Amino acid sequence: MKDTFLFQAMIYLAAAVIAVPVAKKLGLGSVLGYLIAGMIIGPACLQFIGKEGQDLMHFAEFGVVMMLFVIGLELEPLRLWRMRRSIAGLGGLQVLLTTVICAGIALLFHTGWKQSLAIGMVLSMSSTAIVLQSLNEKGLMKSAAGESSFAVLLFQDIAVIPILAILPLLASNTLLPQSDDKGHSMQWIDSLPAGVQTLIVLGSVAVVVLTGRYFTRPVFRIIAKTGMREMFTATALLLVVGITVLMSAVGLSPALGTFLAGVVLANSEYRHELESDIDPFKGLLLGLFFIAVGASIDFALILSRPLLILGLVAGIMLLKALVLFILGKAFRLSLAQNFIFSLGLSQVGEFAFVLFSFAFQEGILPKEISDIMIAVVAITMALTPLLMMVNDRLIQPRMCTDSRETREPDVASEDNPVIVAGYGHFGNTVGRFLKANGVNATVLDIDSDNVDFLRKIGVKVYYGDASRHDLLEIAGAHKAKIIVIAINDEEKRLEMIDTVKKHFPHLRMLVRATNRNDAYDLMNAGMLHIYRETLDTSLRMGVDVMRMLGHRAHETTRFSKTFFLQDEKTLKHLSAIRNEEEYIKAMRKNFEDLEATITADREMLTLRTDDAWETEEEEPVPQS
Amino acid sequence: MAKILIEFAHPVFSKSRVQKELVNRCREIEGITFNDLYEQYPDLYIDVKREQELLHTHDIIIWQHPMYWYSGPAILKQWMDLVLEYNWAYGPQGDALSGKKVLSVISCGVRESAYNSQGMNRYEINQFLLPFRQTATLCGMSYLPPFIIFGGNQISNSSLTEHSDKYAAVLSALAKDQLPEEQYLRLDYLQTLDIDFLQDKKF
Repeated sequence: MKDTFLFQAMIYLAAAVIAVPVAKKLGLGSVLGYLIAGMIIGPACLQFIGKEGQDLMHFAEFGVVMMLFVIGLELEPLRLWRMRRSIAGLGGLQVLLTTVICAGIALLFHTGWKQSLAIGMVLSMSSTAIVLQSLNEKGLMKSAAGESSFAVLLFQDIAVIPILAILPLLASNTLLPQSDDKGHSMQWIDSLPAGVQTLIVLGSVAVVVLTGRYFTRPVFRIIAKTGMREMFTATALLLVVGITVLMSAVGLSPALGTFLAGVVLANSEYRHELESDIDPFKGLLLGLFFIAVGASIDFALILSRPLLILGLVAGIMLLKALVLFILGKAFRLSLAQNFIFSLGLSQVGEFAFVLFSFAFQEGILPKEISDIMIAVVAITMALTPLLMMVNDRLIQPRMCTDSRETREPDVASEDNPVIVAGYGHFGNTVGRFLKANGVNATVLDIDSDNVDFLRKIGVKVYYGDASRHDLLEIAGAHKAKIIVIAINDEEKRLEMIDTVKKHFPHLRMLVRATNRNDAYDLMNAGMLHIYRETLDTSLRMGVDVMRMLGHRAHETTRFSKTFFLQDEKTLKHLSAIRNEEEYIKAMRKNFEDLEATITADREMLTLRTDDAWETEEEEPVPQS
Repeated sequence: MAKILIEFAHPVFSKSRVQKELVNRCREIEGITFNDLYEQYPDLYIDVKREQELLHTHDIIIWQHPMYWYSGPAILKQWMDLVLEYNWAYGPQGDALSGKKVLSVISCGVRESAYNSQGMNRYEINQFLLPFRQTATLCGMSYLPPFIIFGGNQISNSSLTEHSDKYAAVLSALAKDQLPEEQYLRLDYLQTLDIDFLQDKKF
């Protein structure tokens, strides 16, 4: 019974379903929830799962591959190109310095140089899964710390390729006889001459790029026409799995391959569909991965040598954080962002599990060291969410140097009728306009860099998560009349709406929306005042195009206003339709939406012949 | 040389036959500033400083527009409300415009017969234009007899050309200071000006 697949699935799902909401409720974040779930059902506690945790982990690592695909989808090639300096510089230096220092310390303990180098290289990696998941959850992916973290992780993913190539060279035959089974990276490709290998590797990268660019669209179009939701999902999965197989076959990192495919598809019209199709798989697999990490923590081993292992954990994390911190400083991260960056990346990554077992198989490391190191790695990973939490609660609040002094006296003066949540490009335009008209607004922002900067130039801003009701309370939400929700993160906005509804029902909410889809979500959340970022500006641009083509300014402006009103009406109409059949149409909403919008536009074209000021001959007025 | 400023207002200019002809003609004349209000301020957000500057540098102001509800289109009223400021255009210190001339050039869709006590509109055009006349007077400007083109809805091409020729001739004469007051002072409408007098000047 215990061994059937369904029973296993039930255990994992139950553990996740119970532990994650509890962890979230306690403010621990989902990653820690999964890890704790793993520890509970693992060999150490309830013993529902045993040693198969390791195999499971390799399988679940596919979640990381999917995550990088989704990240690629959100990253346009241009932005990636802009990050080249931090990827190569920050990432390269991090891997190099950490490797050298860790290897150096290992040497001091009389480990052989080959083993030391192997340990150093493995320890320089961080956990893509944990870091990105946690940053995502906190909405920090687009902050300076988030971007730097991502740059480092991306470089590490690239660095895995040479590391896998170097490791076999470090094998010393004294420990174990060279086995025929050389681990997962050793493929048929190794039997080919180096030149051919390079060609094949470059060729497969080209295949990924070309497939993404020219092949996927027609395929997705055909699949979308079948109208079968599961076919689209299957195709999306096939794409990711296919790339993974191809990349593994030529010895490249599958995560890197799918990331590349994601970037190529970032501008395609199927982006959102792909994202929403892959997302649940990604989430569950990552969850499974975290559970497996939790389950793999070998408490017996830890208890047998507690001081050594805990010492190693503390030493490694401290060292990694220190290297990262210095680099962050060198790359001009602000103190607050640097703490997020350096503490966030201070764990050893999941790749270490593979590399350590590989190093053991290769005979580079004896079993004893490799087992201890695997335990150490698992603990560093489990500690990361905790460390991030400590950073959030204890370190970050102190970063905005004077947050305490200013907050205190302000409580009394917080009689402002308006609260502006989010003071980025969107929010600050609203805020500046209000200020210019003598309307006082209390401003909250979550980007500590931005807060510091704004304070420096004399804008009164509070650092803090505007979706937290206690912070809103301090900001005077009880006395305010209106809250402008201008934060960047769509999900945070929805969260914030819930908070306001629950705790401050008297507040009028004016909400920023990214696009039509986001506006639908906001309508579902009951919002009445929704402001789509792109609507007014795009129309203004359209008007200017018409004017440059020689159309009359006033007539075009009038028509754009008509268009604007019609578009808002259409949005409400379509949103109502969407709700009824939501689950059937969710997958195809983008096509249908665009189609419906364009149809509505076409019907509107009759309005183009604006009847205003028209008259028959003998009617008195207006006359032209 | 007198400098002429045409304040033109037509919300659907692209559909107007009469005004298009007039505008085409008056744009050919040298020394005339053509200020297309709806084009300049499509959302009726008028740049008051710019407009006052324009008024300042011209001697003759022309309000050229179609007849809408016995008055001008909305932007013309907006223009008056905003530009003709207290103590600038009128009031104790308001003498920025004094001594200038104002001319209304108006196109009507219906025939002239509609504008009298027996017609559907019951009053003469000049009676409807009282607010314009009084606005000019309060600002110390002299209000010329208006130039009206009637029957715009069914006007023939030849008749339209005739009118625009006359309009062009009037503008040229005004620009060159060759239209003495006694020529038009007793007229009710400027389009009834003796065309021979203008032709003698050979424009």
